[in-house]
Amino acid sequence: MAEAILAAEKLRKAFGALLATDGVDLEVAEGETHAIIGPNGAGKTTLIGQLAGNLRPDEGRIRFAGEDVTRLSAPQRARKGFARSFQITSIYRDFTALDNVSLAVQAHAGHSFRFWRPAREEPALRDPARAVLEEVGLGGRADTLAANLAHGEQRQLEVAMALATRPRLLLLDEPVAGMGLEESQRMVQFLSGLKGRRTLILVEHDMDAVFTLADRISVLVYGRIIASGTPAEVRANPDVRRAYLGEEA
Amino acid sequence: MNLILVFEQLLNGVQLGVTLFLMAAGLTLVFGIMNLVNLAHGSLYMVGAYLTVAAVQWTGSYLAGVALGLAGTLVVGMLVEVIALRTLYERDHLDQVLATFGLILFFNEAIVLIWGRSALYTSLPAWLQGHLELLPGSIYPLYRAVVIGVGLAVGALLWYVVTRTRLGMLIRAGASNRQMVAALGINIRLLYTLVFGCGAALAGLAGLMAGPIYAVQPGMGELILIQVFVVIVIGGIGSIRGALVGSLIVGVVDTLGRAFLKPVLGHVISPTAAEAAGPALASMLIYLLMAAVLALRPEGLFPARSGR
Amino acid sequence: MSARTLVLAAGVLLLLAVPPLAQLIGQPYYIDLVRRVMVFAIAAASLNLILGYGGLVSFGHAAYLGVGGYAVGILAFYGHHNGWLQWAVAIAASALVALVIGSISVRTRGIYFIMITLAFAQMLYFLGISLEEFGGDDGMRLKVKSQFSGLVDLDNPVAFYYVVLVLLLAVITFVHRLVNSRFGRVLRAAKSNEARSRAIGYSPYPYQLVAFVISGALCGLAGALLANHTAYITPAFMDWTRSGEIMFMVILGGIGTAAGPALGAFALLLVEDVLSGWTEHWQVILGPLLVLSVLFFKRGLAGLLPGEKRDG
Repeated sequence: MAEAILAAEKLRKAFGALLATDGVDLEVAEGETHAIIGPNGAGKTTLIGQLAGNLRPDEGRIRFAGEDVTRLSAPQRARKGFARSFQITSIYRDFTALDNVSLAVQAHAGHSFRFWRPAREEPALRDPARAVLEEVGLGGRADTLAANLAHGEQRQLEVAMALATRPRLLLLDEPVAGMGLEESQRMVQFLSGLKGRRTLILVEHDMDAVFTLADRISVLVYGRIIASGTPAEVRANPDVRRAYLGEEA
Repeated sequence: MNLILVFEQLLNGVQLGVTLFLMAAGLTLVFGIMNLVNLAHGSLYMVGAYLTVAAVQWTGSYLAGVALGLAGTLVVGMLVEVIALRTLYERDHLDQVLATFGLILFFNEAIVLIWGRSALYTSLPAWLQGHLELLPGSIYPLYRAVVIGVGLAVGALLWYVVTRTRLGMLIRAGASNRQMVAALGINIRLLYTLVFGCGAALAGLAGLMAGPIYAVQPGMGELILIQVFVVIVIGGIGSIRGALVGSLIVGVVDTLGRAFLKPVLGHVISPTAAEAAGPALASMLIYLLMAAVLALRPEGLFPARSGR
Repeated sequence: MSARTLVLAAGVLLLLAVPPLAQLIGQPYYIDLVRRVMVFAIAAASLNLILGYGGLVSFGHAAYLGVGGYAVGILAFYGHHNGWLQWAVAIAASALVALVIGSISVRTRGIYFIMITLAFAQMLYFLGISLEEFGGDDGMRLKVKSQFSGLVDLDNPVAFYYVVLVLLLAVITFVHRLVNSRFGRVLRAAKSNEARSRAIGYSPYPYQLVAFVISGALCGLAGALLANHTAYITPAFMDWTRSGEIMFMVILGGIGTAAGPALGAFALLLVEDVLSGWTEHWQVILGPLLVLSVLFFKRGLAGLLPGEKRDG
């Protein structure tokens, strides 16, 4: 019986008259790959913001690794092992791919108030960064400026940076967004290699990816989770079919 | 220290606040709608003062001079917008700061070229001189009272236009979504030029009214501009209400501080120490106030989320 | 040795050669001129740390010139002429002021930060004016330069020149090492993408604050040098137009480059020197020139140098 590593309880977030998150309960077990799906406008971005620490919920609690993190900021949660990738690629464009990942390594490799030694030459930062880049398949592009990477490579870099922080939980926001067929298949394959070794929360539109990877799926519609269970259960759920999968199943 | 004196200084504070408000309203409008940091706003204040003095001398009539001065400042403002500022809308704030800084140097020296370095003598028409008896025993300069009145009236007009008219709606819409407004067929460029012109006119009005009270000299715009920044930081950027509240607070605190801090301090610490520390503290007062507000409310008192 | 290194080495050699060359052609004025430029280059290098690399648009940097300058002046006023003491106090005082100002301002962003730093610098300017004891508006003379007990005599213009040159090179080197260190990388990352930095676990605030303090301290050193150079300390050190000038030096030279600040200082001050020779109304020409340079000359002078233009 795996312990819930992330538990959100009765989350509620309103923007003026708009109720973006309406009493969301979510539980993700350690080692699980959990997908969150839902139509556009369902409130996924707001929910992710609250889980990651960018938004403060109006009501509710979030527990991560046994601790109440509701009041913690995004950097604080990141330091506790919560990693995320962004839906719209958010990397350091004017640094190389290696530096991007190395910065992520650095954030968890002791303090950064060191003022003299060039950080690039530190093996403790450089070597793990190279290893992660190899792992996601960007090994050959380590010294390329991030801005010069292809879109798909940049998405890979996003995932690499999240991995490099050696997280307990990875929240991936549409990791295959904007990728071509071959690229997204490679990414899905890579992510399935992570299954079991890491806890993944996947927010995705791509149903192939979702049903290949997910152990459990939660369906978010108008700020509420209307169904949560195994892929088979969710597929069969009439509410879900009506609200979302109707066009796609 | 009697109450009459306090009352008069309070009014002076309100008068300074009103001047600051006219400047702050223009600056915050331009920033809120066009996302433009305009350091040369102070230069428009200066241009308003100088053009009015020149126009009054030329026409011999105060009101004609004021009208011409205002119109002239409006024209100068719009010219500056078309020539120098249009390209800056797309740039980041740093570029805007630097470019408008260059404009300040230009304007200050251009004024010196035309009118020289020494302060200009400004005269008030007879019907604006004289005093009002607002409270028994308190005689307050008529002109300053008029300034307060005009300022508050303009404030009310601004509020009305922005919240109750179509133009105001366009302005607020343009602030939240430029492309949408343009897509609706509104000429965004013209709107921007008009808004900037209004901001310039407000600054010019502040300048021409302030002329007879403070000195009309090169660099006068920057002295007040920095105070306007303090107003905007305290009041919150993008909101007219914030500009008004911030201006009154800054105006009153600064004026009362300069008038009464030294004597008040003299009661608390020794008079000789107060003699030295008083003026120093008084001139730093509004900045310390700004620091205090920032410590508690980093976004100011009335930050505008979207529009008012 | 890359082409870039060669060009920079040539620049250093040129600076080294200025005093003997100036004496050769009988124009000692140039020693003074270039020395002044180098002092401002130090100020610009300090601002480049937080502006160029950190993305913090501080519009009140001249305040630290004032703090450093007045530290020297006030100590000298009370008879303490020991240069080591004066300059240490100048640096420490500037660091402290930067800490206080920074702790309030660095929490803010964008236009607020610009306005707040400007306002605080203005506050210090008014403080300087109100210090009647130390000359108030008129300022005070520095009758005795900082004394370094026989090590070097600042009254000797050539010796003083080389002191400034050494310090300039030291500051540039220090900033260069700093921005490539772990600390510097976090600072630059926060500028490049703050959301990403927070997502991987960095809170930008402590790093930006420390950078702000270091920057202020270095500028305080420039202030101490300036006080000795002009032998006069006035509140005008902290005039807000001076802050604008220093910012321009950083931009003109090329933000986020090691050589940029020095190049920018030379360019701006030399242009000012030439223009003021033509007309006393030189600012009416400089103003539009600055506007044009912002509109059309974004990469700065360092972008004209050969080779890789980025640090680390």
